[in-house]
Amino acid sequence: MSDTQTHAVNVAQNNQAPRGLSLDREDICLTAEDLKLFYGEDQALKGIDIRIPKNRITAFIGPSGCGKSTFLRCFNRMNDLIDAARIEGTIRLDGEDIYDKNVDIPELRRRVGMVFQKPNPFPKSIYENVAYGLRLQGVKNRRKLDEVVEKSLKRAALWDEVKDRLHENAFGLSGGQQQRLVIARAIAIDPEVLLLDEPCSALDPLATLKIEELMIELKKDYTLVIVTHNMQQAARVSDYTAFMYMGELIEYADTDTLFTSPAKKQTEDYITGRFG
Amino acid sequence: MDKSFFKQHISQQFNAELEDIIKQVMAMGGLVEQQLADAIHAMVEGDVELAEKVMTSDYQVNAKEVEIDEECTHILARRQPTASDLRLVIAVIKTITDLERMGDEAERVGRMGLHLLDADRNSAPMADIASMGEHAREMTRGALDAFARMDVDQAVRVAQLDIQIDSLYETITQKLMKQMTASPDSVPRLMDIIWATRSLERIGDRARNICEYVVYFVKGKDVRHTSYEQMAEEATGDRH
Repeated sequence: MSDTQTHAVNVAQNNQAPRGLSLDREDICLTAEDLKLFYGEDQALKGIDIRIPKNRITAFIGPSGCGKSTFLRCFNRMNDLIDAARIEGTIRLDGEDIYDKNVDIPELRRRVGMVFQKPNPFPKSIYENVAYGLRLQGVKNRRKLDEVVEKSLKRAALWDEVKDRLHENAFGLSGGQQQRLVIARAIAIDPEVLLLDEPCSALDPLATLKIEELMIELKKDYTLVIVTHNMQQAARVSDYTAFMYMGELIEYADTDTLFTSPAKKQTEDYITGRFG
Repeated sequence: MDKSFFKQHISQQFNAELEDIIKQVMAMGGLVEQQLADAIHAMVEGDVELAEKVMTSDYQVNAKEVEIDEECTHILARRQPTASDLRLVIAVIKTITDLERMGDEAERVGRMGLHLLDADRNSAPMADIASMGEHAREMTRGALDAFARMDVDQAVRVAQLDIQIDSLYETITQKLMKQMTASPDSVPRLMDIIWATRSLERIGDRARNICEYVVYFVKGKDVRHTSYEQMAEEATGDRH
């Protein structure tokens, strides 16, 4: 009918307006260009290009062995610790090549913090865990340390639970609390990026939700990159999702698009649980 | 999209659940098709018995809607479907809402089989109305067939049949308006006929909606409120 058709045209025009997230409108924090990684003879990453936006959560998903953790570890040169690992290509943090020979690696790892699958607090008090990085940097001023420990624990949404037992051993905390403590430790040294490698896989669903809430809070100040096996988690928390398979980046899109209308069949098969 | 696509999950149980909702939509569609065929026949031929059957059968369509809705809710809660699986469940939920309304419209048409007098039938453009009813049936059948086959080309073809229904609706309305102007006494009864043809026109719109959901779940493109040309354009091209 004619009035319906007029309305149809208006709505169709609106549909063409940009909506949702687009990498083209983001500030880019990290980039990888034709990144290849070899473990001896085996090639684990096969020429990956990606742009990771600032103050967003980017999730890497894919089956075991697809290279997502290996890729994550390239962003703060953790793979340097593996003798057989060799890298080709470029990774830039704020435009600077992090594999340049003049790069100060401890400083890079301060700027790009990391949280692992299993909470790994040091066998020290809660307070000393968070203050550890600052002490390494030579900070001795008690007031400064107190201030940073409190601020970091508050940002990690742990302060209320531990403020009365700051000097007790960190191993007395639950798994979820330990993971938030590790996050507090990572943010105490004021990083730009947080890499999270399966940060919730050892946690129960409620502790997982707390970490996810925390991640959403933290992205205001940091850029977060998470590797997860839990696709629902990627769908819940991330702004962008990258699907990797056998060392290749198969598809990278805003999370809404990737989980409702993926462009590649391999992505579709993986996220819907089909035979690949 | 191949129909076997919904049988390829690692979880056989999930395959069975998705296949079941598709099957249930087809069963519900079958009921609506039957209701519509009976209603048109009852109205055009004045078959009182059939009209009563239409009145009393609508509950079956409603019950199916509730049953499928519940199954979809379970799938969403337990499976948290993504991508084409998610689009299928959403398309099913929307399709059954339209089917249920089509059932209600059929009931309205069927009621005319009880209310219309033979005199009204003789003066109204019954051949046009029967033809419009036939088009509405064809669209309903075609939309359901496109759904079952996951065939976007057919969905686009069927959606375009709505143009003919709209045009017949205009013709019939104009004829009835003329009659009403000429004979004001007939207005209340002719208005009933206008309402019944309006119901047939709405059935066409809802069948078109179902065609749009087919494009959505097969191609991941939302073609609601777009022109037929845009719909055809979105429906072509490979998804993967």
